[in-house]
Amino acid sequence: MTLDTSRRAFLAGAAAVGTALVVGIRPDGALAANADTMLNPFVRITPDGQVTAIVKHFEMGQGPVTGLTTLIAEELGLTMDQIDYDFAPSNPEVYANMLLGPIQGTGGSTAMANAYAQYRQAGAAAREMLIAAAAETWGVDAGTLKIEDGMVTGAGNSAPLAAFVAKAATLDAPAVPRLKDPSEFRLIGNADVRRLDSAAKGNGTAMYGMDLHLPDQMVTMIARPEQQRATVVSFDDSAAREIKGFISAATLPNHTGVAVFAEHTWAAMRARDALDVTWDTSSAETRSSDEIEAEIRAALEAEPAYNVNKTDAAATQAALDGAAQVVEETFYFPLLAHAPMEPLNCTIEATADGGILMHDAAQIPTLPHSAMAQIFDLPMEKIQIKTMLAGGSFGRRATPEADYQVEAALAFATTDRTRPVKLVWSREDDLRSGYFRPAFGHKVRVGLDEAGNIVGWDHRIAGQSIMKGTPFEQFLVHDGVDHSSVEGASDTPYQIPGAHFGLTDTEKATSTLWWRSVGHTHTAYVMETMMDKAAKAAGVDPVDYRLQYLTGDGVDQQRKAGVLRLAAEKAGWGNAPAGHTQGIAVHKSFASYVAEVVEISGNAEDGVKIEKVTCAVDCGLAVNPDVIKAQMEGGIGYGIGHNMRDKITLTGGVVDQFNFPDYEPLRISDIGAIDVHIVPSAEPPTGVGEPGTPPAAAALANAIAAASDVRIGALPLADNGISFA
Amino acid sequence: MAISLKLNGKDQTVEAEPGTPLLWVIRDELKMTGTKFGCGVASCGACTVHLNGQPVRSCQTYIEDVEGAEITTIEAMEDTKIGGAVQQAWVELDVVQCGYCQSGQIMSAVGLLSENPKPTAQEIDDYMWGNACRCATYQRIRAGIQRAADILEA
Repeated sequence: MTLDTSRRAFLAGAAAVGTALVVGIRPDGALAANADTMLNPFVRITPDGQVTAIVKHFEMGQGPVTGLTTLIAEELGLTMDQIDYDFAPSNPEVYANMLLGPIQGTGGSTAMANAYAQYRQAGAAAREMLIAAAAETWGVDAGTLKIEDGMVTGAGNSAPLAAFVAKAATLDAPAVPRLKDPSEFRLIGNADVRRLDSAAKGNGTAMYGMDLHLPDQMVTMIARPEQQRATVVSFDDSAAREIKGFISAATLPNHTGVAVFAEHTWAAMRARDALDVTWDTSSAETRSSDEIEAEIRAALEAEPAYNVNKTDAAATQAALDGAAQVVEETFYFPLLAHAPMEPLNCTIEATADGGILMHDAAQIPTLPHSAMAQIFDLPMEKIQIKTMLAGGSFGRRATPEADYQVEAALAFATTDRTRPVKLVWSREDDLRSGYFRPAFGHKVRVGLDEAGNIVGWDHRIAGQSIMKGTPFEQFLVHDGVDHSSVEGASDTPYQIPGAHFGLTDTEKATSTLWWRSVGHTHTAYVMETMMDKAAKAAGVDPVDYRLQYLTGDGVDQQRKAGVLRLAAEKAGWGNAPAGHTQGIAVHKSFASYVAEVVEISGNAEDGVKIEKVTCAVDCGLAVNPDVIKAQMEGGIGYGIGHNMRDKITLTGGVVDQFNFPDYEPLRISDIGAIDVHIVPSAEPPTGVGEPGTPPAAAALANAIAAASDVRIGALPLADNGISFA
Repeated sequence: MAISLKLNGKDQTVEAEPGTPLLWVIRDELKMTGTKFGCGVASCGACTVHLNGQPVRSCQTYIEDVEGAEITTIEAMEDTKIGGAVQQAWVELDVVQCGYCQSGQIMSAVGLLSENPKPTAQEIDDYMWGNACRCATYQRIRAGIQRAADILEA
């Protein structure tokens, strides 16, 4: 199939809804069919029998298009090539993420976890309605009928879905449809199910936001200040006027930049370069990354502002004082950019009825939806969002302020609104315009007794809160503690005696933002390199040592131990080939458990080559096993790539990096084969988009430490003189 | 200035200012959007097209330099033997994630297989080094190229 997300196809699809069987779930949770005016569909079946899954999560490569469609197809008795998909419109009341609150959005690796029951119920309801219609048509008992491969069969009859769509559309939806027993699954858990978007993404027909060409559109690029919070005083566009294709330039209403409008992208790029802007830098950011780091390191030496778990600091200190030995390390994690492959973009146009239509791969559409309503002073229902494919995101396409969508809206608002406006960012804009994984530091002291057992664990964290000052603060900050600053450390499944976690917030110089796996990006590295260091000091094998702290009947401990054992077994732990060294790490994040073994050749002095990574994941029931494997592979690459050599630095408040040569992505030659093993499970599905990332750099660092006895606390690894072959 | 070139086998005359990257002529003027913009400085490979059969970065190829040249983009790959095999392999192995870099990956992979019908993993790494994938689909790219080589050999 091809992905035709053109405007014509969108309108045609919308028009078809009126005559189709649509099944969805009302905001009150009850299943509803299309006679119900409250209905908003998860499943649409047109009179010709074509079934479309309405996907409420956006697709940045992590697979919900395939995953959510699989659930519908499974319950409805279809093969994967008998079902199409479409993205849901922005409507938080109907398409809310059940795990994120009253908003529609994708994040926290929740797509499958929150959609699993909902989409199966919608598919099952559609199945029962079609079968009821067939039973009535044929005058047979519904219990004798089934749907298989898109055909309704039984009692000597067989007909395609199309024969019953009209009648089914008149029926009430069942209150509680029967879900298939797992023994009946043909698609869920089937490793042969392929992605629905592969062909279109391999032949150039897949439509990303960057690919939109609306009739009569203008392209806009924004001249932004080099320092955050500088504002526009004035600009001179006389040089830009000489550029063919330049249309106009205008200061954004909030003075954050100057929008340059042009007939096409290249003219917009050139005209922006030709613009001469005078900035007011009196309130602008002037700090350098060295100052940020110094502040964080100083905070680690002071008494923490928050006692995260309300534990007894004095008791921990006493345990450390009485320990036979104390192993300690101070860590620093720099700012990091998300750098999705597709530079940010967003297109806005006026609709005939006085509303606004935004074309965007919005990760949390409710945020820009609300922002548009405010900017244009329109009711929510006058704002439509057409969801495009995203060329990656890693968190960047969701900001609490809806930054780039607001920018597009403000640019559009300066025009006469007769022409669609397409905002395009360059790679330089992407790397230099704020919104980074915040900088964090940790200082950990672990006390061991004579036998090497942990008796105390004092863990200080200092860094730039992501949630404070945003609408998410009310949900994710408790007693001053931003959970995203400590997740993965203070809530570790390890049963650590005498543990104490302290947190101190430091000032933000740039906007902080969640970045694939959020707090786990730094906490997993710290927890897992410290466990490794403690194991070494205790003279115990790193796997055995971790297992000592994962005993008992607790589900958390058992599942974490399970992936640890599986990864070790599959990697041939302890039996690396001559010249190779292994490192291991295990971490729970987003309710999933992942263990990884990185096998390297070389060492810290002569250069390191990543030969192989072995991964074990427990994410509950595996709906699309091959998508899960792909997410582990990608998550590992994302974690390793950045921590090998990437950082964003500031000098006088100005980002030092410009483009990929200065922020080198992981390359194909950087990493060998990745072997992923999924723990069989009947537990509810949990996240896979992020959990592969956290343990990866720790496992690499542990392999380097095993090869060279070098412990690295300040990332990236390359800053410590380590080269990668 | 008016430039004549042959795009995917079809003669085209395009109007563009000297210094305009081929990328933006293909995307904005000819509205063929399979060729992607990723960095603009030839560091990511998302914009890879074939110029007289050789993979080039179209963001650093200027329109005045391609007068009379044959340009091939991802949209024409399914009509070529090697391109079709690579695309088949990509679907079989579900190489893509976000997919944004994959047009460029495939254009480079076709360039590699045109020169070297049976590349080793090391030869793949050496040749494909300049094509970045932020989703890190690299091991499937490697496997996809080897699978395409097998398809072509069969």
